[in-house]
Amino acid sequence: MDFTLTAEQQALADSVHRFYEREYSFESRKRRLASADGFSRDLWRAIADLGWIGAALSEEDGGFGGGPIGNALIMEGFGRALVLEPFLSTAILSLQTLAHAPCSAVRDRLLEDIVAGKVLVALAHGETAANGDAEYVEAVAARRGAGWTLQGHKSLVLGSPSADVLLVTAKAEAGIGLFLVDPAAPNVRVQAYKTLDGCRVGDVWLDDVVAEEALARPGSGLAPVLRGLDHALVGVCAEAVGAMSAALTLTRDYVKLRRQFGAALSDFQAVQHRMADMLVELELSRSILYQGIAGLASPNEQRIRAISAMKAITSSAAMFVGRNAVQLHGAIGMTEDYAIGHYYRRLFVIAHLFGNESAHLDRIVRTPATFWPAVS
Amino acid sequence: MDFNIAHEIHAFRSEVREFIEAALPADISRRGRHDYHSRRDDVQRWMKILNKRGWSAPHWPAHLGGTDWSPLQRYIFQDELRRARAPVLDRCGLDLLGPVVCAFGTPEQQARHLPPILNGDLWWAQGFSEPNAGSDLASLKTRADLDGDHFIVNGQKTWTTEAHFADWIFALVRTDQVAKPQAGISFLLIDMTTPGVTRRPIWSIDGANTLNEVFFEDVRVPIANLVGQAGHGWSYAKFLLAHERTTSSVVSHTKRDIEQIRHLATLAKTPAGPLIGTHAFATKLAKLEAEVIALEWSVLRVLHASEGDAAGNSVASLLKLRGSELSERAALLAAEALGDHGVAAMPLSESDDATPKELPPIEDDEAIGVSAKAMFRRAATIYGGASEVQRTIIAKSILGL
Repeated sequence: MDFTLTAEQQALADSVHRFYEREYSFESRKRRLASADGFSRDLWRAIADLGWIGAALSEEDGGFGGGPIGNALIMEGFGRALVLEPFLSTAILSLQTLAHAPCSAVRDRLLEDIVAGKVLVALAHGETAANGDAEYVEAVAARRGAGWTLQGHKSLVLGSPSADVLLVTAKAEAGIGLFLVDPAAPNVRVQAYKTLDGCRVGDVWLDDVVAEEALARPGSGLAPVLRGLDHALVGVCAEAVGAMSAALTLTRDYVKLRRQFGAALSDFQAVQHRMADMLVELELSRSILYQGIAGLASPNEQRIRAISAMKAITSSAAMFVGRNAVQLHGAIGMTEDYAIGHYYRRLFVIAHLFGNESAHLDRIVRTPATFWPAVS
Repeated sequence: MDFNIAHEIHAFRSEVREFIEAALPADISRRGRHDYHSRRDDVQRWMKILNKRGWSAPHWPAHLGGTDWSPLQRYIFQDELRRARAPVLDRCGLDLLGPVVCAFGTPEQQARHLPPILNGDLWWAQGFSEPNAGSDLASLKTRADLDGDHFIVNGQKTWTTEAHFADWIFALVRTDQVAKPQAGISFLLIDMTTPGVTRRPIWSIDGANTLNEVFFEDVRVPIANLVGQAGHGWSYAKFLLAHERTTSSVVSHTKRDIEQIRHLATLAKTPAGPLIGTHAFATKLAKLEAEVIALEWSVLRVLHASEGDAAGNSVASLLKLRGSELSERAALLAAEALGDHGVAAMPLSESDDATPKELPPIEDDEAIGVSAKAMFRRAATIYGGASEVQRTIIAKSILGL
């Protein structure tokens, strides 16, 4: 075990830092958020050119072999600056799902195009009735000729309004399959809306949609999606660590500056103790993020516990740090023109994404295990 | 960063586990299932077994009877001891005094005091807190005045854990009445059988006597029992408290508690089946488990951090604060798992004559002592620097407020 960055990891972290220092002022971010996509396609190409999209992929899949730590470093930096480009939806969730899907010519070409920044992909998997249960799918796939038709409703599909390709899960008799769908195809409707933090998402309706090909046949589609979700959960928790860290720094600077009753807010013990608790939550989230990354390589049950413990803790911490960052700013923390409220909104969304605290505590309840490793 | 556990570490854990399983006597192991404080004779037997293997104080320097294990190996050793529910060792001698004597004691002090600690022959108590010096330790009043080749000690210590067992006490005493509070303090070793030393038990809300008051009235202590330099006692005390900076997390104890809770809640009946299957209880337990995992990985981060590493210091600052909170919560949840019997008075010790001998009809070994533990753990967020003090330290030293 080693908790310090290798030279390569440090170089990546530094490069991410330079990127957001250069590209992400509060004002430029605001402009990008107000654009049609809600992010910049130029910056997405820049991210591709930097080699980050495939940073975690193995070299045989056209990546750079940085593994999930590479993605976590990128996402932590993106969390600090509230970066808007669809790294989570395309470069982690969709890319990792595909990377774990059975090999095929279509899959390989899609991976290549994603890594090159040529296509944006969204995974349409979650449904409202699933309530955070990643294994629940109601959408239906039926055979038609050599292909399939799909029927169903997918909710909160990250990146779907801008996606060139949708990866859709649907259930047939043999189980859940993974299908490739063109969002512009007949009978596909993407209802775009914004999440609280201004990011573009959509609900997707499929009404007898023809899918030429299954990326993973029914019965073998769930496993790659669950792996993709595991990686996305690590990514989003790393983003939370970055956002909490930035929110804590902003708040610390503010309470040292702001004076009331003849003293800096930071002189009041109630404020000091609240900030100490925020730091504790941040550090525990970082610790359990590392645990989650380690857990990605564990066998099934251990992995579920590791990932769900990570998300349960991080969801709760994100809410605690986000809410109290606004609290300690006072009324100005409620304003659109002040950064801290944007951090809170992102942390709020993160706390609920891919299963909230309750959903992940439920998963822990369903997969009991001992704390002590077995020895040979 | 690399979170894979090295093969040698796995091998080390199995070596330790095998040794404990073979060496821990069956009767001690059975008593370990009760939440009693360990009996002194159990602890002593176990320490002699460990000492024979050279493992009673792994964190001491190898040439003084310790080992050359890495911090991670020492942690795994403690973790396995807790897993096996081995008796909790004499912490005052092994963890608090020992490292100070190793680092600052004279060769004569080392030769005299260290071997009996390693073998469990002599027990130590820690004389730090006083009636008016708790979290604010620097305001302590017990004084030691030089008289020829002796100090004359007068004053009172309190909250002295296991002083009723102890043969010796290491105490912070004021040797300079005019210096600044921290500068006038010295670190003195005192034989409890010296005339003028008296002790009075304090019965605590868990129904047990682990705490004591210790009084010093014109107690003559040879000058040879001064550790290090006069007036430097404060820095030795800080060294002692910082020495094993992950110990205060008590994370392995809490992990063990969670296994116990799961056991008790599997046996506990409700109209809807075992308690463990009820949603509210299971969710509380799951939340505690997740928090303990986060704590344990914080411990791992600190174990791998070098001294002076800012990230390491930041995470180390939370170990006592959060560890003590989780420790109490685990004890409360264990009592909850007992249902009606969770409020029954049960002693924390087998040997106390003064505690009630009437017990509720509890047959499970693991249920004995649980409710008393819930009371005992109320102290966790108070001793060793109360949570309020910990938060102030974090705000000032880590956040710079």
